[in-house]
Amino acid sequence: MFDLSLTNLFVISRREFASYFATPIAYVFILIFLILSGVFTFYIGNFYERGQADLTPFFSFHPWLYLFLVPAVSMRLWAEERKSGSIELLMTLPIRRLDAVVGKFLAAWIFTGIALLLTFPLWITVNYLGEPDNGVVAASYVGSWLMAGGFLAIGSCASAMSKSQVIAFILCGVVCLLFILAGFPMVLGAFKGWMPAIFVDTLASLSFLTHFSAISKGVLSLRDVLYFISMIVFWLLATMVVVDLKQGE
Amino acid sequence: MIEVTQLRKHFGDLVALDGLSFKVQPGEILGFLGPNGAGKSTTMKIITGFLSPSGGSVNIWGSDIVSDTLEAQRQMGYLPEGAPCYEEMTPRSFLRFIAAVRGFEGSEIENRIKDVVETLSLHTVLDQRIETLSKGFKRRVGLAQAIIHDPMVLILDEPTDGLDPNQKHQVREMIHGLSKDKIVIISTHILEEVTAVCTRAVIISRGKIVADCSPEELEAKSRYHMAVTVNAGSEDVDEIENYMQGLENVAEVERNGTDLLLIPTSSDTQLLADVVEGIREKNWQIEGLFQEKGRLDEVFRSITEEADHV
Repeated sequence: MFDLSLTNLFVISRREFASYFATPIAYVFILIFLILSGVFTFYIGNFYERGQADLTPFFSFHPWLYLFLVPAVSMRLWAEERKSGSIELLMTLPIRRLDAVVGKFLAAWIFTGIALLLTFPLWITVNYLGEPDNGVVAASYVGSWLMAGGFLAIGSCASAMSKSQVIAFILCGVVCLLFILAGFPMVLGAFKGWMPAIFVDTLASLSFLTHFSAISKGVLSLRDVLYFISMIVFWLLATMVVVDLKQGE
Repeated sequence: MIEVTQLRKHFGDLVALDGLSFKVQPGEILGFLGPNGAGKSTTMKIITGFLSPSGGSVNIWGSDIVSDTLEAQRQMGYLPEGAPCYEEMTPRSFLRFIAAVRGFEGSEIENRIKDVVETLSLHTVLDQRIETLSKGFKRRVGLAQAIIHDPMVLILDEPTDGLDPNQKHQVREMIHGLSKDKIVIISTHILEEVTAVCTRAVIISRGKIVADCSPEELEAKSRYHMAVTVNAGSEDVDEIENYMQGLENVAEVERNGTDLLLIPTSSDTQLLADVVEGIREKNWQIEGLFQEKGRLDEVFRSITEEADHV
């Protein structure tokens, strides 16, 4: 059940990836991502006014940016298959379910990775303006991509839940929001007074925000990386279960 | 060989399949008939491994569909109902994807595509998006993906539904053209299709098999089997009707204008010979005379409605 076929994984990912670019959606997504990154960094993040050569304002908005851009990428993964009926074709081909789930996820993850890489002019800009700690920037990029993977895995599961892409989008957005808010000082503060400390700590440790901000400070610790990877694994397994359950209906 | 044993499927309280058993041998083209909702598509979905059965088993050439799903699926080509595919792709990229999943590599992929494109005349649309294609072409793309790996078992769910007569003919030719050691299962509610392509007909109703025989045997169950129609033309219809009614082998005469339909008492009578002899004797100048093989729609209705009343 859990053995992967690399060939199938590759074939499925390639098809899924190409389908993003078969419609203008991919280009629109990348464009919006780049514009918003710029807006957040330069206007809201006060990139120049801070007078520091780093990309903190850029990365600190990523969780919020992903909150509505990632569901847009992941919503079609399974909902579209169910809606068009092509899932019946896919699932009667000699492919393991795991290959299909992971293959589709990888396509979406690589796609987001490309969008992220296309923000490289910002990196060049800070290097031109000053002397940033490029190690921190590199770690932040890795962290941001890992976080996108976590969001996407949630989105994959949400997409498997419904035939409707709109529902998949909203569901993914809501769940992702919960995972961001779990680490928000305001939310943690609300629990701090009356809940046991272990509960507050667990809640904070489940948050995307906590782990991402640790990485974006330049500390690519195993703990944070493992957190995102286990998020991805958990939600992909959940996707498998949901796909299985829905198929029987 | 395909062996379906005591197949059961229920969705909640609804019993979709109620102990279906049949075997299909190489070379057989099995027509799967039944009213809408009888369980045709459900059976096909279970045979191809899309749905899991609530009970019973399906064995495809030695591979059990539940415990050995991938091996069983490798031997099958499947056209799901409505021929769904990835609409944003072109037939070429879609077929490449299917061929790659089926384990072909490099130039073999292109060879396979060339073959199926030829068989199904797809070259004119090979690089258009599938969503822009007509229904007939979409169906043929679906068929192309089903046969691209030259499977031993071909499962087609309503392959000619919504096609025009020429396209139907083409699809039937394709099925006929498959080599004789293959197994084909076709579901349809078009009865003419059964006589046109199938070597065997299985009728199911409410999840149970109610008939399993050759199309000819099915026709023989019709009360119109071997019935003779005489068109009286300018002759006196009443006189001929009276004469025919007097014949020993005639059970009933149905009159429709100048047409007289003579229904035989049983299917092994020499009704046609008797009628011809009578006409010759009386020297009637009739305009037409033909014998029927039987009416499948009438057999279908009586069999499935009978099952409904049980």
